[in-house]
Amino acid sequence: MQQEFKHHITAHCENGVASNLLKNKGLDISEPMVFGIGAGLFYVYLPFIKVNHAPGISYRPMPGWIFNGLAKRLGIKIKRQKFSTPEKAKAVLDENLKNNNPAGLQVGVYHLPYFPDDYRFHFNAHNLVVYGKEDGQYLVSDPTMETIHKMTDAELEKVRFAKGFLAPKGHIYYPIYIPEKIDWETAIRKGIQKVCSNMLAPVPIIGVKGIRMVARAIAKWPTKYGVKKANYYLAQMVRMQEEIGTGGGGFRYIYSAFLQEAGKKINNPQLVSLSEEMTKIGDLWRDFAVKASRVYKQRSNEEDVYSSLSNDLLHLADLEEDFFKKLKKAI
Amino acid sequence: MKKSEVPQDKGSVSEKGSRELYYALDENGEYTTELSTGWEPKQIVQNHTLSELEERINQAQQDVKNGLASPIVYFMELKRMDWQIVADYSGIWKWRVKLHANPSRFQKLSDKTLSKYAEAFEISLEELKNYKGD
Repeated sequence: MQQEFKHHITAHCENGVASNLLKNKGLDISEPMVFGIGAGLFYVYLPFIKVNHAPGISYRPMPGWIFNGLAKRLGIKIKRQKFSTPEKAKAVLDENLKNNNPAGLQVGVYHLPYFPDDYRFHFNAHNLVVYGKEDGQYLVSDPTMETIHKMTDAELEKVRFAKGFLAPKGHIYYPIYIPEKIDWETAIRKGIQKVCSNMLAPVPIIGVKGIRMVARAIAKWPTKYGVKKANYYLAQMVRMQEEIGTGGGGFRYIYSAFLQEAGKKINNPQLVSLSEEMTKIGDLWRDFAVKASRVYKQRSNEEDVYSSLSNDLLHLADLEEDFFKKLKKAI
Repeated sequence: MKKSEVPQDKGSVSEKGSRELYYALDENGEYTTELSTGWEPKQIVQNHTLSELEERINQAQQDVKNGLASPIVYFMELKRMDWQIVADYSGIWKWRVKLHANPSRFQKLSDKTLSKYAEAFEISLEELKNYKGD
């Protein structure tokens, strides 16, 4: 059932693209449901990869993971393509638009004209929808923006062929099949199982264990790297957490909203009460960000601040371990 | 977080005419959404990052001026890149890019190689060649 494309702002780009594209195809699915069934909550520490000159910490899985996981669990089929040349990439996009078929694109944010300067980094895992062309300009629905934007051919080519880590290579994707009947209960259960197994993974850099590893690392930052570098690393960590892709508190609130919606949908009151617990954990992630931001105002007792932040993070890891064990049992 | 607690501080996104979406609880404990103009702790770490980047750019400028680095280093910092990103945009191997950071090696580069860098930095060949750190 094809409808006119409607732009809805969401908290996170990939959720938003998935939710907006599916709504356009007649499947009414909220952002939290996309995030929950797509198992979007994640944590990985990559000390050997430097992002913006700081150790890599990601609160989200690889780009495409959420939509793919969602599609698998709902029985949706997605078509994905990457390209060797911008010409081919443009031709396929234009063909889609001619058929009135909005398409999701993976893009780099550095060259996005409507982004504020301080968001413009070489970060290539952003997602948006192009749904039409008007006066020679593409109509862009970026789910993290309140309104739609327009981009020229050249501007769009630039962001679709951004270079560096996770280069999008013109990556285009759109749903091509949505089943008539969806087994929500199974999909919700499997999505929850996936998040639990990721967050409780027996791998030192992933999930709860990853959080602990970071917690232990930051306690050493001021002595190991000096205060200046430690402060820069911490700023990058908090930026990844609360800014780029809203990974810390923001993600916990989306997940709480999912648990509440899912619990009502499949009539599981345990999920609804666990939603409240996750909301409180989200609040603590935000408290962590507030405390970290104070480092930049008062310069005394740097090491104390770092060991206190380390303890907070260890506490968060404990809470989350306990939480995901309970969640695993609740389904 | 309650809907009423969604921060409405000054933020850079709102200066560009947009706001950010939050999921928060209404009075009945039901999840709903609210738009936020910004959050101070976020802006603080953002500003700190930008000032560090500014410092890197100024340092690179000084290094070029004092003959310690080639213009490639300055434009790399200016465009918020690192060695790998410069390599990917220019199509020149990372280890070669690092060699070209040396001013005397930079002097010997052909226009063909230099234009690959100029294109990666989105500047003209002249701009790249004539940058003296002033």
